[in-house]
Amino acid sequence: MTAEFWITQSFNGISYGALLFLLASGLSLIFGVMRIVNMAHGSYFMLGGYVGLTVVLRTRSFALAVLAGTVAIALVGMGMERLFLRRLRGEELGQVLMTIGFALIFQDLALLIWGGDPYNLPVPAALSGSLRAGGAVFPVYRIFIVAVAVVVGIALWLLLDRTRAGAMIRAAVDDAEMAQGVGINVPRASLAVFSLGAALAALGGVIGAGFLGVYPGADFEVLPYAFVVVIVGGLGSLPGAMAGSLLVGLLDNFGKALFPELSYFTLFAPMALILAIRPTGLFGRS
Amino acid sequence: MIRRRSLYAALVFAALALLAPALPPYPLTLLTQALIFGILAMSLDVLLGYTGLPSLGQAAYFGAAAYAVALLATERQVGLVGCAVAGIALATVTAAVFGVIAIRATGTYFLMITLALGMVVWGLAFRWVSLTKGDNGVSGVPRPELGALDLTPPLPFFYFALVVAALAWTLLGLLVISPFGLGLKGIRGSESRMQALGYNVWLHKYVAFVLSGTFAGVAGVLWAYYNGFVGPTDVQLVTSVEALLMVALGGPGTLVGPAIGAGLIVFLKNFVSVYTKRWLLILGAVYIGVILFAPQGIVGAMRGRRR
Repeated sequence: MTAEFWITQSFNGISYGALLFLLASGLSLIFGVMRIVNMAHGSYFMLGGYVGLTVVLRTRSFALAVLAGTVAIALVGMGMERLFLRRLRGEELGQVLMTIGFALIFQDLALLIWGGDPYNLPVPAALSGSLRAGGAVFPVYRIFIVAVAVVVGIALWLLLDRTRAGAMIRAAVDDAEMAQGVGINVPRASLAVFSLGAALAALGGVIGAGFLGVYPGADFEVLPYAFVVVIVGGLGSLPGAMAGSLLVGLLDNFGKALFPELSYFTLFAPMALILAIRPTGLFGRS
Repeated sequence: MIRRRSLYAALVFAALALLAPALPPYPLTLLTQALIFGILAMSLDVLLGYTGLPSLGQAAYFGAAAYAVALLATERQVGLVGCAVAGIALATVTAAVFGVIAIRATGTYFLMITLALGMVVWGLAFRWVSLTKGDNGVSGVPRPELGALDLTPPLPFFYFALVVAALAWTLLGLLVISPFGLGLKGIRGSESRMQALGYNVWLHKYVAFVLSGTFAGVAGVLWAYYNGFVGPTDVQLVTSVEALLMVALGGPGTLVGPAIGAGLIVFLKNFVSVYTKRWLLILGAVYIGVILFAPQGIVGAMRGRRR
């Protein structure tokens, strides 16, 4: 256990947390506005990765892959919200069950289209390699992930806090009925937030595919991580998603490094602890 | 009403018992499987249907019991009684620990927490290779002996499963019409009202959660013996999701509905697997169809029409 070990593992944890933030911020926003937990959120992550993979193999362009994956899955999310979830407004359990149905369909479709083999998404040369500082090694790609998460985090904060659309979304989060009453188009806000959440998850999926790979089952494997992040951080809260992602990313990484056989168990501890102290999460409101 | 339903159910069990010797082995094993998942679905119904708690981690208790049986039977040659007690005890203890965490939450939070807790168990099954053999699972679980009776052939094992399912149905049926069960229904209707009436809401929910885990464990014990193999797929999310669909399809809060739902899903799954590998696609479509067209489930829809 040298200092390098702690530095390297902390950095790995932070970069994994950055990826989790992309996934969980959308989940949290969707919950905030629509009061539903989107069980297909992990599917967006996986599908984003697969679409990105296909595009990068055809065009050799990483940027195009990120764009295509994000836009394609945003459209998928839009269709899901507009055509299916909206019919069940106000029925939370029904909506959640429906997203489970979609998650199963997406998983099987992905298996049908891309097969059962795991793939690695090739990353551009500029993002491969690593930086060295003393004895510690920092892969450039992981630095890139952290940068993307920071940019997305700032953009989301500006959007929610500084724009008119953001104010409408915040109003819908606080009290959907009242927001509707003062003339805010809540269904449209829901549609926008749902698509945005899907796009963020897909963005995480394409970028995550660069170091985790894409494989069948990635959807359900990553979903509990996103859940624990928002449980720890508090549902519907952007700062909560940030803090939760960092905490879960770090704990998971150290857990995997120190106790490889019990890796998933590292999710259990923070969740149990937070729920014991603050049932609504760090930044959640009751 | 309750007496008439009990009579119907007794008739169904009797009919199954009489029909069984005439059935070829394949339908018989499918019926056995339906009985096992019927117990699992009924155990979940206590939470979802009667208490209003949507659990997505039911496979955890099912799988914990199945693993306990498989490991004890193959590595320690423990007999039926020892394995069953250990399996059900492990399921109950797992539910008792998880319940402390999960019961603090309601609604969507509860769903997410039970899912995450279920995934923790899956993670252990998958990665704790020295105990669970990881992805390879535990194979070669021998069918047990009940006294002098060898449960290896399909017919005796079917009768064994039938008796256990009938017992589980009776016990759960008594539970839901007991004052405790009516308290659960009250909590489903309005938690704050029950609180105001002086009920210990937390304790009601916690006991329901643990008992639900116990019965899921009963199903898990049967499954380990039935299948002869226990692996991470038995504790994976899809297994919990299937259990939830069985309840939703049959009709939450009816006990017999989820058992019927379990039968339908088991038969559909095996029927579909003859023609295609796209089971999840069909499962997903059934899910969406049920939510859109039969939100009360089959039994719920039938009872609604009668009224």
